[in-house]
Amino acid sequence: MSIKKVISLASGLLLMLPMTVYADEVNGADTAWVLTSTALVLFMTLPGLALFYAGLVRAKNVLSVLMQCFAIACTVSIIWMVIAYGLAFGDGGSLNKIVGGGKILMSGIGLDSVSGTIPETVFFMFQMTFAIITPALAVGAFAERMKFSALLWFTALFMVLVYAPVCHWVWGGGWLADLGFMDFAGGSVVHINAGVAALVAALIIGNRNGFPDTPMPPHNMTLVVMGASMLWVGWFGFNAGSALTAGSSAGMAMVVTHISAAAGSLAWMACEWIRYGKPSVLGIVTGMVAGLATITPASGYVGPAGALIIGISAGVVCYFATQYVKRSLKIDDSLDVFTVHGLGGMLGLLLTAVFAASLDGLGLETSMGAQFVTQLIGIVATTIWCAVLCFIILKLIDKTIGLRVSTDEETEGLDIVLHNERGYTL
Amino acid sequence: MKLLIAVIKPFKLDDVRDALAEVGVQGMTVTEVKGFGRQKGHTELYRGAEYVVDFLPKTKIEIALDDDQVETAIEAIIKAAGTGKIGDGKIFVQELQQAVRIRTGETDSDAL
Repeated sequence: MSIKKVISLASGLLLMLPMTVYADEVNGADTAWVLTSTALVLFMTLPGLALFYAGLVRAKNVLSVLMQCFAIACTVSIIWMVIAYGLAFGDGGSLNKIVGGGKILMSGIGLDSVSGTIPETVFFMFQMTFAIITPALAVGAFAERMKFSALLWFTALFMVLVYAPVCHWVWGGGWLADLGFMDFAGGSVVHINAGVAALVAALIIGNRNGFPDTPMPPHNMTLVVMGASMLWVGWFGFNAGSALTAGSSAGMAMVVTHISAAAGSLAWMACEWIRYGKPSVLGIVTGMVAGLATITPASGYVGPAGALIIGISAGVVCYFATQYVKRSLKIDDSLDVFTVHGLGGMLGLLLTAVFAASLDGLGLETSMGAQFVTQLIGIVATTIWCAVLCFIILKLIDKTIGLRVSTDEETEGLDIVLHNERGYTL
Repeated sequence: MKLLIAVIKPFKLDDVRDALAEVGVQGMTVTEVKGFGRQKGHTELYRGAEYVVDFLPKTKIEIALDDDQVETAIEAIIKAAGTGKIGDGKIFVQELQQAVRIRTGETDSDAL
């Protein structure tokens, strides 16, 4: 053998060493996929959701929405690192059924820390992106009238008091997990929390001036569609990434996610077409979001046929709910967060029980009826906890620094008034 | 001198420009405006929130003319901008007191 061949053989063997050391713990494929999913889910917020919402508000408020989404990403990131990750996924000792603890400032999490088959740093990051998007979703409810400082305080308190505990109940070894509550990627943790926070906020902060008689159409539907498209792609990271492994579970999760998105889009589009005579692009993308939100909790448990029905149901149910809240109840949840995400999450959680056990679902450990009840318990618990705490947090902020800008400020537009900037200089 | 203001349908702008050039009108100022007369607006729908949009996009053309050019210009505009349907627009004629060409300082008819 020549010297060259010996050296290449030796380097080849040396390169394999790290893999043999970690083979029992960290899996390279799983890690790579969750790393990728983390990027995809952050992309859902920045710029997916940011653009989606930005296009839906009036031009004078476009920057305020972008600013809120961006600032939420930054704020949640720090809070997650400082305390919220531990509250969600740490060991809460005697309180562990309700909330976690420890891991303050990520202490104890180093290069060698492992969570399942991936490094804990990767798990930490992946979960952070979920924590980020939840309050960002709620922005839609109080858009165009909330003070930026109030929004920052709300985000911080929401993270610690609402998101982290609920996350712990469902995924961190808390009481809902013990009950067998099934929520694959965040129907309760993300969508119910966001939706209920949104509804409570919309009720407390009040309708926009001029709602519902003054027209407030979206100022840029092209941004909305761009953002929505990014949400669809990013959601593959959200649901398929929640498999936390790179394999068949992720593959099936991706399939059902996609089918539900497509079905939800067409269902909403059909409702609008029948009701109003013309299908709109806002309708089709909202249907897509509804389909995606609804499949989120079910994505690891149902089969493709179940996903088809889930998607169609999402499009139809969320469509009628949105009409009802907007036109009958006249609540200005400006970007329909509650009816699309909140109700979508609830519907999806219930349908998880139905379709895990039917139509090529991936199986249930208990009866459909029993699981349905468990899902209902989780839905009610999350809703009540979120509603009560958001009420307290928002009232507190309102009494101290105030939640809403003044009427004149609202008329002039938040971009100039709160940020001294213009979105467009045409 | 007269200032002729014509509000027309936007897609007719090129036809009107050509027609005016043919009768010897050499300059104009064009603005994008919104308005309505008897033409009905349309309804826009955003997730169940229905808005009636009355104001329709129109184009406003302003031309400064000598008195003897006004009739020909009006005829040319009517022929070029008309479709026969409601919403074709209107022409207004105003007295023009003075006109100045900035580059040379020429006034009135010499400035047109």
